[in-house]
Amino acid sequence: MEKTYYKPQDLKKFGDITNWNKELGDKFFEYYNAVFESGALTAREKSLIALAVSHVVQCPYCIDAYTQDGLKRGIEKEEMMEAVHVGAAIKSGAALVHGVQMMNIHDKLSM
Amino acid sequence: MGLKSLHARQNSLSNTDRQLEILSNGIFENGELPRFIDRIDQKLSPKKLEILQINMGYMCNQVCAHCHVDAGPDRKEIMTRKTLQMCLDICKNHRISTLDLTGGAPEMNPHFRWFVEESSTHVDDLIVRSNLTILTANKTYKELPEFFAKHNVHVVSSLPFYSRNKTDRQRGDGVFDKSIKALQTLNALGYGQPNSKLQLDLVYNPAGAFLPGDQKELEADFKKALLEDFGIVFNKLYTITNMPISRFLDYLLATENYEDYMRELVLAYNPTALENVMCTNTLSVGWDGSLYDCDFNQMLNLKINGPIDHISGYKPEINKRSIRVSQHCYGCTAGAGSSCQGALNS
Repeated sequence: MEKTYYKPQDLKKFGDITNWNKELGDKFFEYYNAVFESGALTAREKSLIALAVSHVVQCPYCIDAYTQDGLKRGIEKEEMMEAVHVGAAIKSGAALVHGVQMMNIHDKLSM
Repeated sequence: MGLKSLHARQNSLSNTDRQLEILSNGIFENGELPRFIDRIDQKLSPKKLEILQINMGYMCNQVCAHCHVDAGPDRKEIMTRKTLQMCLDICKNHRISTLDLTGGAPEMNPHFRWFVEESSTHVDDLIVRSNLTILTANKTYKELPEFFAKHNVHVVSSLPFYSRNKTDRQRGDGVFDKSIKALQTLNALGYGQPNSKLQLDLVYNPAGAFLPGDQKELEADFKKALLEDFGIVFNKLYTITNMPISRFLDYLLATENYEDYMRELVLAYNPTALENVMCTNTLSVGWDGSLYDCDFNQMLNLKINGPIDHISGYKPEINKRSIRVSQHCYGCTAGAGSSCQGALNS
């Protein structure tokens, strides 16, 4: 067994996913690459969204990849941290808004 | 980052043999990564000589953290007028289309103005690589922008980023503000303006251990930010990959980024970029007249192959040589490729 579940060097092997199912792997990467091309949003804006989502889904590979992507695009550390806070705010907000459900159930069942 | 060159600090990396040893050992010796010569699987040869790049000396008014020249105020190596005359003769006699003056700060060479005056009519494109701050340094250089305009000098200026923080971190406190002032002066003379023949290009290199992003996208970001914040315009942005030599190698080693950076360069190897690497159309002349395949080989003291390795013996036949390579060459073939004229596959 490996000592850790995640190894940084495995990020470079992401493309190897196609080795075991080329058709689906190729379709995924074609879709993935198309998503990140400039469109209504710039590639720079998409990179910041990806960085925020990477933190929300807590993917260390994605955090590594989109921090480096941001550096290459000249995204400043202040912009990166604000994006992370946006993700964190949505994630914590999503937890907290369920408090309304707790309150509803509490009040319905309480005398 | 100290305020002195590696050379003045007697750092072991000021010895080029030590740099080449590092670039050849470790991950390239144990087989983890292929050596550049094995990766390209062919000998690299020059094509038509188009650019004569002259390093007029290592003296500079700045001590930048990434500098591959290890330039600074403490460097005294300066090209003599006699050597410059030899370069001039080659321009006159061999139809060199582009003359590319670099340093250090080339403007600090005492024969700089004479050389520009003499050479400007003999080439199609006369490039001066200016760090910008020299133009605001003191009275000696204050009139250089007008001088550049008079001689139709193509100014290529380093500006690591369009924000103060990133620029000053790489090049020293106050560099950004001085650079902005110099760019505004050049703009006022017509440099970088639409429909003007006076060309002003900027050079971006990453402020750390990562590769540059897409040249076109960064150019658009630079143009938007510099225009909105400072009213500055320019023609092109060149993205240049930091070479794992000299001060940048020192930084990579000190921050334990060296191996990962080399892996990144090797992984991003692009055979298409190899076809257009600058060593195939450029000849680099060192401050003492020695000849190199490029400015990076010059800083590693890798003189050109063959019996002639000095400007005094220049013959067109030296174009039949094979180009000397080492692992730093991965810096020019990574991703979109890199050269003194920016990305190769932009």
